[in-house]
Amino acid sequence: MIVLQHILDAINIGGLYAMMALGIGLIFGIMRLINFAHGEMVMAGGYALGLLATLPAPLAIVLSLAFIIALALLIEQATFRPLRGQDPASLLVASFAVSYFLQNLTVMIFGARPLPFSFAPGLAETIEIAGLRLPLLQFVSLGLVIVALAGVATLLKHTALGIQLRAAAEDVVTARLSGVKVNRVIAFAFVISAVLAWVVSLIYSAQIGQLSPAMGVRPLIIGFVATILGGLGSLPGAALGGFVVGAISVLLDAALPASLRPFREAFLFGLVFVILVMRPEGLLRVRALQERV
Amino acid sequence: MTRDLSPRATSLVLAFLLIAAVAAVTLVCAQLSGGSQRVATDAMIKLTIVVAMYMFAGNSGVLSFGHISFLGLGAYSAAWLTISPSIKASLMPGLPAWLIPLELHPAAGVIAGGLLAACVAFVFGLPLTRLAGIAASIGTFALLVIFYATFSNWTPVTGGQGSLYGLPIFTTLPIAAGVACLTILAAALYQSSAAGFRLRGSREDPIAAKSVGIDTRRERLVAFVISAFFVGMAGALYAHFLTVVVAGEFYLKLTFITVAMLVIGGMRSLTGAVAGTLFVTLLSELLRQTERGFDLGFVFVGGRLGLQEVGLSAAMLLALIFRPRGITGGRELGGLGTSR
Repeated sequence: MIVLQHILDAINIGGLYAMMALGIGLIFGIMRLINFAHGEMVMAGGYALGLLATLPAPLAIVLSLAFIIALALLIEQATFRPLRGQDPASLLVASFAVSYFLQNLTVMIFGARPLPFSFAPGLAETIEIAGLRLPLLQFVSLGLVIVALAGVATLLKHTALGIQLRAAAEDVVTARLSGVKVNRVIAFAFVISAVLAWVVSLIYSAQIGQLSPAMGVRPLIIGFVATILGGLGSLPGAALGGFVVGAISVLLDAALPASLRPFREAFLFGLVFVILVMRPEGLLRVRALQERV
Repeated sequence: MTRDLSPRATSLVLAFLLIAAVAAVTLVCAQLSGGSQRVATDAMIKLTIVVAMYMFAGNSGVLSFGHISFLGLGAYSAAWLTISPSIKASLMPGLPAWLIPLELHPAAGVIAGGLLAACVAFVFGLPLTRLAGIAASIGTFALLVIFYATFSNWTPVTGGQGSLYGLPIFTTLPIAAGVACLTILAAALYQSSAAGFRLRGSREDPIAAKSVGIDTRRERLVAFVISAFFVGMAGALYAHFLTVVVAGEFYLKLTFITVAMLVIGGMRSLTGAVAGTLFVTLLSELLRQTERGFDLGFVFVGGRLGLQEVGLSAAMLLALIFRPRGITGGRELGGLGTSR
């Protein structure tokens, strides 16, 4: 039974990380931007949901989703578009700055102290199935993860824009030569990643039960590990990386002695370090990280 | 005028001018109130960090997000070596037995901090310098997270989330400024040395550099270790400035501020590192005053917490968009550059 519980945990956490990793990986694939500000998308989604919690749920969902998408597009237009084509390190610094900006803007508006997250409080209830006591949230998040990942896969595989997006992620120059409108595709990628961030924000805020300006940093950092694990720029790799990181962190939680458990993050990033050095192409593929000659 | 001078002489003239500027600022600030002196001392420590980061990032072209770990290592070395044995035994019971009775002079802690940081940089630099471009920057970021997780959780040795107190006050404005000047001199000497030229060559064109026999990894490692040494010293100075060591100091916030200083000033020149530090310090002081709110005589304008950081990140974005090579544009003061 306890094994089953761990497996469920791993899938749940892994799904969350997979969505983070996809959100980061989508944008890296197209514009070589490691989007540090993706964590703040999660934070902004959480705040939007939390503030709209008094409205009827469907309305709150639609409004907060619209807000996140608008925010993502605004950031893309205002900062990343003028910087496009600069070297990845400058882009990384810029996204670092955007992340810091949004975090502290939130401090300015809502203060640095955590706020309670009260959207859909029913999620915290537990149900008992076959001796396992599971919070309802686990099922909801499992469902959301499946729907979101399947949705993204369908979009990318079967819509014209999605195919163009994958083409641009493969090779921007050739894609542009073949008539792909890069601006549209990049905006599309930001919209998808914003929606993924919104799903994460719903699940994550409900899990931790509060909102704080820096709440996006942790999921970002772990999603980041997953992206590297899967090979930066590979989308299936990012999703797989998310689940692998989920499994690893559940394993570390279960296997590490209590005194070493706080060091989980050190182990995860030690893993990043090792992977970068030993296998920079990630688990799946060989291309994106090689600098072209 | 630069044509008549050797690269080394040009670089020394540049260092002399920058050091003179730092000395002038120090002399002026030494006349000001205690509060302003603290701001200036803090800025001098940051100047040391930024110039040391420049030594690696500017010459190699690889931006590092991990140097604040070296700052932490320097700070903890200072704590391990200079806190009195009785406090040490209660705060850090996990230290090796030979370390606990030691109570050295802060200067020894500063040197030890630099050396420890340099050794750690060597060990991590060996694999790290194999990486190129963005992967290398991510690697340095991984370093930052690994060290932060260690500092904030290895409670018996680092005090964990708590703070280590009882460090003697040592870092005064002249001392901090002196170390900053020393770092500027070292950076000038390094960038005009043969090793500095080789590293910049690999930055401009890695493949051409390889073809003329430059071992990029080796050159990067050299710069990484030297720059870590100076950041480590700055870390010990920082510890003796705050007189407490807290793990939370050595993470994203300080990384952001120092990277902002380097990027806003212009990552590819020594003048840029100095100018960026000066500019960001002035800007954040200004914003900090505003954040408190100010009295316009007839009306009190309330400040907002977070304004300082918002202003700083906005300045950084503007610099990246409109002056991608920083306010100095990658040039040195008076055209004294050897880095073209």
